[in-house]
Amino acid sequence: MSRRRKAGNWLLVLGVLHGIVICAGFFAPYNPVEQDRKNPYLPPMRLHFMDSRKHLHLRPFVYPFQLRTGTFDQYVEDTAHPRSLKFLIAGDRYRMLGFLPARLHLFGTDSERVYLLGTDAFGRDQLSRILFGGQVSLLAGLLGAGFTLLIGWCIGAVAGYFGGWRDDVLMRVAELFLALPWLYLLFAIRAFLPLTVNPLQAFFLIVAVIAAVGWARSARLVRGIVLGAKERDFVRAARGFGASNLYLLRRHILPETSSVLLTQAAILIPQYVLAEMTLSFLGLGVPEPVPSWGNLLSNLQQYSVLVSYWWMYLPALIMVPFFLGYLGLASALQERPGAYKMERRSLGSLA
Amino acid sequence: MRNYSAIVARCRILFRLFLGFSALFCQPAFAHAQQSSSNEELLVLPGEIGRSGGRLVVSLRGEPKTLNPLIAADARSREVIGVMQADLVHINRATQLTEPALAKSWKISPDGLTYTLVLRKGLKFSDGQPMDADDVLFSYHVYLDENTHAPQRDLLIVGGKPIVVRKVDARTVVFQMAKPYGAGERLFDGLAILPRHLLEQPFQEGKLAQIGSLSAAANQWAGLGPFRLREYVAGQRLVLERNPYYWKSDSAGNRLPYLDELVFLFVPNADAQVLKFESSETDMISQLGAENFSVLSRQQNGYTVADAGPGLEYNFLFFNLNDLGEKASADLQRKQKWFREVKFRQAVSAAADREAIVRLVYQGRGAAIWGLVTPGNKRWGDANLAHPARSLDRARALLKEAGFSWTTGPNGESTLQDSGGKPVEFSILTSSSNADRAKMAAILQDDLQQLGMRVQVVPLEFRSLLDRVTQTKEYDACVMGIASYDADPNSDINVWLSGGGTHLWNPSQTHPATPWEAEIDRLIEDQMSARTFDQRKKLYDRAQEILADYQPVIFLASPDILAGAKNSVGNFHPAVLEPYVLWNVEQLYLKNGRENAAR
Repeated sequence: MSRRRKAGNWLLVLGVLHGIVICAGFFAPYNPVEQDRKNPYLPPMRLHFMDSRKHLHLRPFVYPFQLRTGTFDQYVEDTAHPRSLKFLIAGDRYRMLGFLPARLHLFGTDSERVYLLGTDAFGRDQLSRILFGGQVSLLAGLLGAGFTLLIGWCIGAVAGYFGGWRDDVLMRVAELFLALPWLYLLFAIRAFLPLTVNPLQAFFLIVAVIAAVGWARSARLVRGIVLGAKERDFVRAARGFGASNLYLLRRHILPETSSVLLTQAAILIPQYVLAEMTLSFLGLGVPEPVPSWGNLLSNLQQYSVLVSYWWMYLPALIMVPFFLGYLGLASALQERPGAYKMERRSLGSLA
Repeated sequence: MRNYSAIVARCRILFRLFLGFSALFCQPAFAHAQQSSSNEELLVLPGEIGRSGGRLVVSLRGEPKTLNPLIAADARSREVIGVMQADLVHINRATQLTEPALAKSWKISPDGLTYTLVLRKGLKFSDGQPMDADDVLFSYHVYLDENTHAPQRDLLIVGGKPIVVRKVDARTVVFQMAKPYGAGERLFDGLAILPRHLLEQPFQEGKLAQIGSLSAAANQWAGLGPFRLREYVAGQRLVLERNPYYWKSDSAGNRLPYLDELVFLFVPNADAQVLKFESSETDMISQLGAENFSVLSRQQNGYTVADAGPGLEYNFLFFNLNDLGEKASADLQRKQKWFREVKFRQAVSAAADREAIVRLVYQGRGAAIWGLVTPGNKRWGDANLAHPARSLDRARALLKEAGFSWTTGPNGESTLQDSGGKPVEFSILTSSSNADRAKMAAILQDDLQQLGMRVQVVPLEFRSLLDRVTQTKEYDACVMGIASYDADPNSDINVWLSGGGTHLWNPSQTHPATPWEAEIDRLIEDQMSARTFDQRKKLYDRAQEILADYQPVIFLASPDILAGAKNSVGNFHPAVLEPYVLWNVEQLYLKNGRENAAR
């Protein structure tokens, strides 16, 4: 039972993390594309409870930054004018879950803006951009993995169950895809696509590209399990009773693949999030000003950003809990006894 | 009639002002001083006296394609050729005025059609061969020969006819023009004098374009510049050595250049150049971006960085105004209807936040511009040109007058639509290798969003961008930048004239597409042949005003010229004209020989 609980714990962690990203509009104080042109590359403001006269405040506050005279990117804390944080405050309009109009934000201030994770080159709030960027990157990962598994599942089932020439053809194609270096394949596919695409089109293009490239591995895994499963006694018995192919696949064979698919999903999602980030990092993903984790990191391609503004690295750190969650889930799933046996058998048939 | 000594005097004053020299300036004027000891007339340069020897390393954005000035088209080749060749009359990069070079003096006839140039005595090419009027005749003959396809040829066609060059004696050459040439003796700047003794045969065989490659130039070519080729290591570096026959000296009588060697390292990436400079692999750096400049100025160990002020580079947005006829897609035709509307372009200009561009892109090290002449150009800016502040209200009013209207979307965002009810959407191309321009485009995108326009920024590799803009013409709008090579209006002639190749919004027209383009053509052609500066300035001002009224190009900002050098480099005075730090390469010197020998 403890293994199941382990998987459950990881799921809970992932659920909370995804919940925050899904409700980015609520947790993010500002609109992620809004530019505050007076405050480029503002360092993160620290939350204080104790003011300069050692008075304790219940409500956290921040000190705003002021440009050091004669510089363009050096700021000093202005301790004379603390700015206190208000919780559950009305601010910029956004759409909860993409359709519910809302204005409520977890925190904010009355007048001047507060930047807990600093700002980027255009004075856009880094915290809001990371949260909204997560929506793009995680959704690309989830959808990409979903499509990949669907394609892989269908192809693997057909190849494994029907065998013969279908198996040969499909598996040779799969091997071709496995042998291709995926990053260059992504480049090639992206290069064929039109240049001027709006952010939504670009997003689905990325998802389609990622999914189209990665199906081969899961197709081979599924095929192996189907190959093993179709020879098992209860399947033979059912066939003996006159069950149709479709019935056998649906009732007896494909359910055997479920745990492998789940494990695969837990491995593929972070991998595909990373793929989206790679594409966006290289400028082939969702276009500016829409944030995605890859877009945020692409600022680091400039040497000056790399050595001057440490808070621009934060989008890289934010991936850690997500990836940890997914990989923890994957290993917890793999430890389940049924999955273990299945894995060994499928490996045997692959070899 | 141009009085040459007055120019020299003015040169000197401006030179002093610009470079801020102090005590060292009680030297004789550089043009008239002669070295008494020999039969050579060396050009004596004022300024700090340096010490001889040493090797200076600078980085170059990539490998130069050729050392042959007749076929060099890329900036890297031109930069290297600049230190290996010399011209008759040279534009001082600091004062932006002309000064004597190989020609020690010149006279212009009262009708402005005849230029008489007198060469210095005792000039020698870098291989020791003497240079005289025959070399000048040969050089201009080669430049004007149609089969050479030299890029300089267009400059030498004045009033539709090629310049006629005659030899009077071994040191006197006469240039005859069909029409007066407004920029005067600036014409001679950058036209290298070629070695006839080496090139006459290849020229007659028609093989001139094949020589001067990096690997072979050492024995095929000789120049009159301060340095000559020593070694070329493919993909790594180009090593130049001191030309012992160079014709300039410092005020103490030491023959220039001071440096024994000048090394160009090929470093293709701007960030990599900064790293090489920080790690002392190179001694100087130029064309620094503002952000890298502030990184370097924060660390400042063993080097100095300098802001030379606004340069001549202008960055701008332009729309596709080409008349493509039936070739244009329906989509582009619909968009071009907006782009052709003057008020639409004026509205875009009114909405552009130039101050934000200067602050966010250049960290304040730049200037907002409303015309092609940047604040770095000291003489040609139009003082009457309006500098309207950003105003979204004015932009909205202009759009309304032009028949545009707004609808409010479900999310409360307003969308601009044309009179046909179609939303205003277009894309802006930028070069993917230029982070500054990509940022500009992102700022414009946000500015125009506030007018309800939906704009997408499309970064493209520069060559394919250029191909789209000048060849296929499949684009909506584009952010680009051009750096004039000289302060004189004639250096931007191809931007101004409707038949010019860099008349980017509608290049190489056979007839001016609009009345105002015809008017600009007339003004620019008139100023080319006007005699006095005031006449030219008046015509040029008018052209600038027309451009500002019709806004075919929305000028945005001009970056400062930022450069750096190690503290051991003497006479480091970056200029706003190219070559920014190497313009006075013959005077650069290393203060400390030891540290140099260690490398």
